[in-house]
Amino acid sequence: MIRVVLPYHLRTLARVDGEVQLAVEGAPSLRSLLDALEERYPMLRGTIRDHGTLNRRPFLRYFACAEDLSLEPPDSLLPAAVTSGAEPFLIVGSIAGG
Amino acid sequence: MSGVRVLVGTRKGAFILTSDNARKKWNVNGPHFAGWEIYHVKGSPADPNRIYVSQTSGWFGQIIQRSDDGGKTWFQPGLKPGEPTTNPQGMPMGESNRFKYDTSPSGKPLTTHQWYDGTQHPWEFKRVWHLEPSPNDPNTVYAGVEDAAIFRTTDGGASWQELAGLRGHGTGPQWAPGAGGMGLHTILIDPNNPKRIFVAISSAGAFRSEDGGQNWRPINKGLKSEYIPDPNAEVGHCVHRIAMHPSRPNTLFMQKHWDVLRTDDSGDSWHEVSGNLPTDFGFVIDVHAHEPETIYVVPIKSDSEHYPMDGKLRVYRSRTGGTQWEALTNGLPQSDCYVNVLRDAMCVDTLTPCGVYFGTTGGQVYASSDAGDSWAPIVRDLPAVLSVEVQKLP
Repeated sequence: MIRVVLPYHLRTLARVDGEVQLAVEGAPSLRSLLDALEERYPMLRGTIRDHGTLNRRPFLRYFACAEDLSLEPPDSLLPAAVTSGAEPFLIVGSIAGG
Repeated sequence: MSGVRVLVGTRKGAFILTSDNARKKWNVNGPHFAGWEIYHVKGSPADPNRIYVSQTSGWFGQIIQRSDDGGKTWFQPGLKPGEPTTNPQGMPMGESNRFKYDTSPSGKPLTTHQWYDGTQHPWEFKRVWHLEPSPNDPNTVYAGVEDAAIFRTTDGGASWQELAGLRGHGTGPQWAPGAGGMGLHTILIDPNNPKRIFVAISSAGAFRSEDGGQNWRPINKGLKSEYIPDPNAEVGHCVHRIAMHPSRPNTLFMQKHWDVLRTDDSGDSWHEVSGNLPTDFGFVIDVHAHEPETIYVVPIKSDSEHYPMDGKLRVYRSRTGGTQWEALTNGLPQSDCYVNVLRDAMCVDTLTPCGVYFGTTGGQVYASSDAGDSWAPIVRDLPAVLSVEVQKLP
């Protein structure tokens, strides 16, 4: 199972407390992981990726294994440690500054 | 319970304030949707327990929330009829945050407007500024959005369709955002003829439809704005708010960026009624529930200093439909007050005497149960108030 950590407001919206665990068919990519997340939690559609373009919203980032995956192409495969569940996939809201 | 329910949207959540008909003792309930910007909360005139919320975030985008029980519980609409309300894991299935501009052949040529540098820029959805439920159908709601456009749902918020005739009537490519964005912030529906709709956009102007939103025309004749190259242009005016009394749908009152104006021919021509106001800059304007010629504004010093003059928070009331104004100060701070009152943050109730309410960027919500003669804060320390609406409960 892939572990996903959502930011606070999206946990509230999805009505979950801790990590989300998702099963993804085949070789999981950024795209297929987010597709699975939105399939399981439809209320998150549009909050992480734009409805029309499916581009990442500007103030969100994807981190895993101490790497920033935000700018990776959508079909990039996830790190093996994320796929195995050893490491979580983090969806992080940018800090607002100040 | 009989009484009133005040619906408050703030920078950090929604609050529901309730009282009996005396409107002296209040219960404060909230925050709902804590931490999110709540641009607008409004109940259906046809069903007071049906309430719609625009919940937005610069990080996470737009959410529409709905309550069918007067704000006790909320859900995101978005189900097709007959579909289960939860998925197999028990998660709510609603999805109502999809606002897609019309890109059909009728909408496609309309996908640019003027950008700050004078170039054409594609329309980009940012948020819902205003929700206007139909006067007679709780499932029909109009949404005014940024970048400026009007959407409509007829299924209780489950799906939204753009009424693209507004962007497409011809002047759309000339619209440009102001510093606060290009938002459609006011929607007025003629209660006697729901096909007649008025909207206002910053900074494009006011527009009218006679056919339920399919076709539109600008109604800005008489507006004069020195901050645009042609002060009398057909569009480009920064209208802050328009208001209507339900018994006189041909008369509208306007608070423009500068100037307070009125029209008595449904917007075909406007004339200024700023009269003896200490400043005619401001955001809110509203009409007494029982006296169609009694109107309220909150003068703000200038567009460079978004706070009241002299540190005195004063509502101004005209009983003559404008031009002659009196300051209402009883109960409002008259020193060291430097808050703003934003465009959707004033409303009136339909009790007798008429109640008047407004919220400030300092987090106060003030109420008057005597048509403005005296004021008292319902609550003092909320997050900055973005919108205030009131419902009379049966």
